[in-house]
Amino acid sequence: MNAPVTRRGVLLAAGAAALAAPAAATRADATTPGGSPAAPPGEIVPFQVHVPRGDIDDLHTRLASTRLPDQATSAGWIQGAPLARVRDLVDYWRRDYDWRRLEHRLNSLPQFRTTIDGLAFYFIHVRSPHPGALPIILTHGWPGSVLEFLDVIGPLTDPVAHGGNAADAFDVVIPALPGFGFSDKPTEPGWRLPRIAAAWNTLMGTRLGYSRYVAQGGDWGAGVTTWMGVQRPAGLAAIHLNLPVLFGPPPLDGPPTPAEQAALAQLTTFNTDGSAYALLQGTRPQTIGYGLADSPAGQAAWIYEKLGEWSDSDLDPDQLFGRDRILDNISLYWFTDTAASSARLYAESFTTDFRTLKVDVPVGVSVFPRETYRAPKIWAERTYSQLFYWNDQIPRGGHFAAFEQPSLFVTELRNCFRPLR
Amino acid sequence: MAQITEPEGVPAAWPERRFSRRAMLRAGGAATLAAAAPAALTLGELPAEASAPPGLALPPATAAIERLRVQAPEQALRDLKARLARTRWPDAGTVGGWEQGVPLARAKAVIDYWAKAYDWRRFERRVNALDQYRTLIDGLGIHFLHVRSPHPEALPVILTHGWPGSFIEFLDTIGPLTDPVRHGGSAADAFDVVIPSLPGFGFSDRPTAAGWTVDRIAVAWHQLMTRLGYSRYVAQGGDWGSGVTHALAELAPPGLLGIHTNFPTFLFDPPVGAVPTPAETAALAQITAFTTDGWGYLREMTTRPQTVGYGLADSPSGLAAWIYEKLAAWTDGDHAPAFGIDAALDDITLYWLTDTAASSARIYWQNPVTKRPSLNLPVGVSVFPREIIRAPRVWAERCYRNLIHFNDQIPHGGHFAAWEVPEIFVGELRDTFRPLR
Repeated sequence: MNAPVTRRGVLLAAGAAALAAPAAATRADATTPGGSPAAPPGEIVPFQVHVPRGDIDDLHTRLASTRLPDQATSAGWIQGAPLARVRDLVDYWRRDYDWRRLEHRLNSLPQFRTTIDGLAFYFIHVRSPHPGALPIILTHGWPGSVLEFLDVIGPLTDPVAHGGNAADAFDVVIPALPGFGFSDKPTEPGWRLPRIAAAWNTLMGTRLGYSRYVAQGGDWGAGVTTWMGVQRPAGLAAIHLNLPVLFGPPPLDGPPTPAEQAALAQLTTFNTDGSAYALLQGTRPQTIGYGLADSPAGQAAWIYEKLGEWSDSDLDPDQLFGRDRILDNISLYWFTDTAASSARLYAESFTTDFRTLKVDVPVGVSVFPRETYRAPKIWAERTYSQLFYWNDQIPRGGHFAAFEQPSLFVTELRNCFRPLR
Repeated sequence: MAQITEPEGVPAAWPERRFSRRAMLRAGGAATLAAAAPAALTLGELPAEASAPPGLALPPATAAIERLRVQAPEQALRDLKARLARTRWPDAGTVGGWEQGVPLARAKAVIDYWAKAYDWRRFERRVNALDQYRTLIDGLGIHFLHVRSPHPEALPVILTHGWPGSFIEFLDTIGPLTDPVRHGGSAADAFDVVIPSLPGFGFSDRPTAAGWTVDRIAVAWHQLMTRLGYSRYVAQGGDWGSGVTHALAELAPPGLLGIHTNFPTFLFDPPVGAVPTPAETAALAQITAFTTDGWGYLREMTTRPQTVGYGLADSPSGLAAWIYEKLAAWTDGDHAPAFGIDAALDDITLYWLTDTAASSARIYWQNPVTKRPSLNLPVGVSVFPREIIRAPRVWAERCYRNLIHFNDQIPHGGHFAAWEVPEIFVGELRDTFRPLR
């Protein structure tokens, strides 16, 4: 059965191994599983995105023939993403959304791929114009992507141009997780959080040559970042998390305080009502992947539900993010055909590695008000022996902190890491 | 209906295994109406809405019992083939077997067969040769097969399917149940059979409002049996059919003599003894396996039936994988549906043409898993060897005060017992209900 869209939908730039000016984009077949011919081990290869016209046309054909289910039997989001909203999103995606707009934006950034531990990883790497900038690696989660961080790149790397101080400048590295975005899809099991963390430490320390750096993450990114802290490579000076303590078990000590009870109630709600996607992706990522690979509306709804539920938007993600940014993220999953491969991370790590881990590297935490659960400070204090930054008085923002509130997110990182400079 | 949760302090470590309580019986209410002379009604073509593919429109049900003839529009079948031909696949993944779901090679083979070799019209001819109808009960059009035995003392039985099954599961039992003499049995064991489609499934209507609990369905089923003129009958069900059948037994309407189940509802909250027997321990291990590895689909449909429904409504390959995984895993076969690919695709195509993936998922949302009361009515239990969870006799004895039949020494069959081993299944019903006649 011929599939019109394959991995050749993603172009790789040929040639130049160094970090020099990117070579001209040429069409290449990324058919080699587990590694790209254009990213030989040890080399960093510039990367440009170009989704073929045929893939965009195919998307439009599918969107135009979308068959939607009937309406839920309860109003609102209680049975999932509401029909009217998904219909509107699909219509906008077909009629008004412009993928090339995002492509141009991405291609104006320094993008690269490099093979680490047998897998080719995509990453954005923007150096600050300021000497002494602190290198930071930002890791996204699910159903997010590197796109969550696009609006923080400028303020982090060039604070003076964004209302900040040169002393707060960062070099920014934004990788895509294995099986996500323009990173390769693993073909063997084993890409669990500790292995990803080790790869990130290799990327920063060995591949990019940073002798001192920090790491940040939420969602899966918090898992990777935590494991980087556990591995404690010499170059890792500190980490920042916007989802601390991960998903437990919560470090209780005696009868829970009111703040702990509130957090426990939120965790219970997540377990009983909000975690089925994780269980399903953790046990049957292939089965759920078929519909998500074949139906853009299906893929859109699968992601859109979380953008609504987990954001500080009063269930109006269109208003908060704007449809273009929502569809940038969804389109990235669609064009890279990464629904199943991204789901597999749950099978690899959700019940095993995404848990409370003691970290002795210095840890900074920002708790945004509408995070899936608000960890009390005491949990962080019991988990991190060097909790050097804590802020749970942020006015806005949810699970997708950087994506929702880039300014507040940047402020948090500046404030957190200022003492480390 | 509010999604009810019960915070109980420290959340359990993964996996979550707490079940929610839910609303109890909902009073039904519809007057019984005499059946009108059956009129032939053909499924017609839904007017196209924008670019949506043509659907399989069901004629509106009335209080009369109207014969149904199935004929999918040719355009619907062409649309299906076109979608199959342009299937876009995920990658093969990281495991070679079924640990993460249907393997890519198998999914491609199923879709290839569906596109090139499967014949829906064959299935239509088969069901159109049977007596099937629709009638309006409690505001919803209910599809059902109704086959009377040639034997006048036949005992009426209502057989209820589950998910991801359908009325199709029982087609091969109709002959042996209604005409036992021609199927190795005795006229004294004859049944009239009634085989409805659950609300939101198959050729029944899809509810537009919440509230179709198993209790409401049970009330509707009793109304159906009454409308068909039965003053005494029995009921049978597995999977969701078991939930409905148990609710019917709790309701204990006049005329219901007893029930049979091949998947007792107590399996979701079993009455484990203080010192579990080996059979209990084995069953508990199966429950653990199911609630750690095997019920992601259930949790998703219980909490977000709409979200998962979008891909299933739009992608036949997505729908096929979703259903086929269970037909392969839960039957007494080797990673393949025990009843064969054509039967599997009959069922999958039924879900596709009726666009009932989301509506069928809603039964999970509407009926979160919960403990049901013990039953006083006579109950028969058949435990098939490859059922997902094999019920120990002691649990049946604790939950059914009048356990008239218990058999866990059956040689073949899995979760879809009637579909997989219709002769054995029929034997179990004959044995169970013989004393109630």
